Amino acid sequence: MSKKLVIHSAWCKGCGICAAFCPKNALEIVKSKVHLKDDALCIKCGLCELRCPDYAIYVEKEEE
Amino acid sequence: MPSKLIENTMRVNRLPHIWCPGCGHGILMRDVAQAIDNIGLDPDKVVIVSGIGCSSRAAGYMNYNTLHTTHGRAIAFATGVKLANPELTVIVITGDGDATAIGGNHLIHACRRNIDLTVVVFNNNIYGMTGGQYSPTTPHMEKGTTAPYGNIDYNFDIPKLAESAGATYTARGTAYHAQQMTKLIENGIRHHGFSLIEGLSVCPTYYGRKNKKGSTIDMYNWQKDNCIDVKKAANMSAEELEGKIIIGEMSVADKPEYTDMYMKIIEKCGGNK
Ligand code: SF4
Ligand code: SF4
Ligand code: SF4
Repeated sequence: MSKKLVIHSAWCKGCGICAAFCPKNALEIVKSKVHLKDDALCIKCGLCELRCPDYAIYVEKEEE
Repeated sequence: MPSKLIENTMRVNRLPHIWCPGCGHGILMRDVAQAIDNIGLDPDKVVIVSGIGCSSRAAGYMNYNTLHTTHGRAIAFATGVKLANPELTVIVITGDGDATAIGGNHLIHACRRNIDLTVVVFNNNIYGMTGGQYSPTTPHMEKGTTAPYGNIDYNFDIPKLAESAGATYTARGTAYHAQQMTKLIENGIRHHGFSLIEGLSVCPTYYGRKNKKGSTIDMYNWQKDNCIDVKKAANMSAEELEGKIIIGEMSVADKPEYTDMYMKIIEKCGGNK
């Protein structure tokens, strides 16, 4: 099973909470929307998902 | 596409919600949904009851049986729902003003009865929806639109208030500490009796701006740095705890529950045959 970071951009309000508390500094806010800087940085810990007030970012488990 | 959890627990066609960017209420609402999902409750047997205020919008988004009631009266409605249908899991989502000012009397009397409700108070320390008036949880000398020179009232400690009124499960968590908050709500739902979980929210729009709390991120960092777990706090001195907020499970007690006692009375009088 692999994991994938998913951004549901339409719901993102650009608050920056996910980016501020990402342990790997993998996220940035560009023009009021969140972006993943580089997938290699992201450890799929899911902390961004837990603290996103708008359910706009999450880690998805993919069945293989 | 939203996540599975959100698809399973929310009315996704109503999202994104109306709350301001960075508002802690969205995080707390997710914690409630995650707690219900963790326990594996049948959504048809879950009722979400809310009152009025920013917090109470939650009833419009959560995909269960929902009841959006009048200001301060969520607990009164929830008491009726539970008494008529004791098999339902009834969860009240309310705010600091809704629960402890307008609905303060309903709160203390529901605590006193130990009726099996789980009340989650999204505490933003202010009346957000109506423009930033001070509430019973606005800290002493902090500001609101109705307290431009500082609020001379002292604030309630909601779990303490609930415990002394008779609630048999009380706890406090924060929006920042999402995992702990979820666990506290889960424990509150599982507890058979009146449970109150205060969730410290973050209101950047009114409370934050009025009190110069810095950016949204500064407000979450404040929760991170100033909230101390109750177990850790037990080994700290009064000086060390100065200005800190204690989070975690505050009290758990075992006491007969209201609807159980009520059903016994009905049986005793020959009803339910
Ligand atoms: S926390 Fe959510 S809403 Fe805020 S910037 Fe990140 S993805 Fe967007
Ligand atoms: S899953 Fe973890 S590492 Fe990846 S973006 Fe989210 S918080 Fe950062
Ligand atoms: S006014 Fe405050 S509590 Fe209400 S939605 Fe905005 S940030 Fe949240």
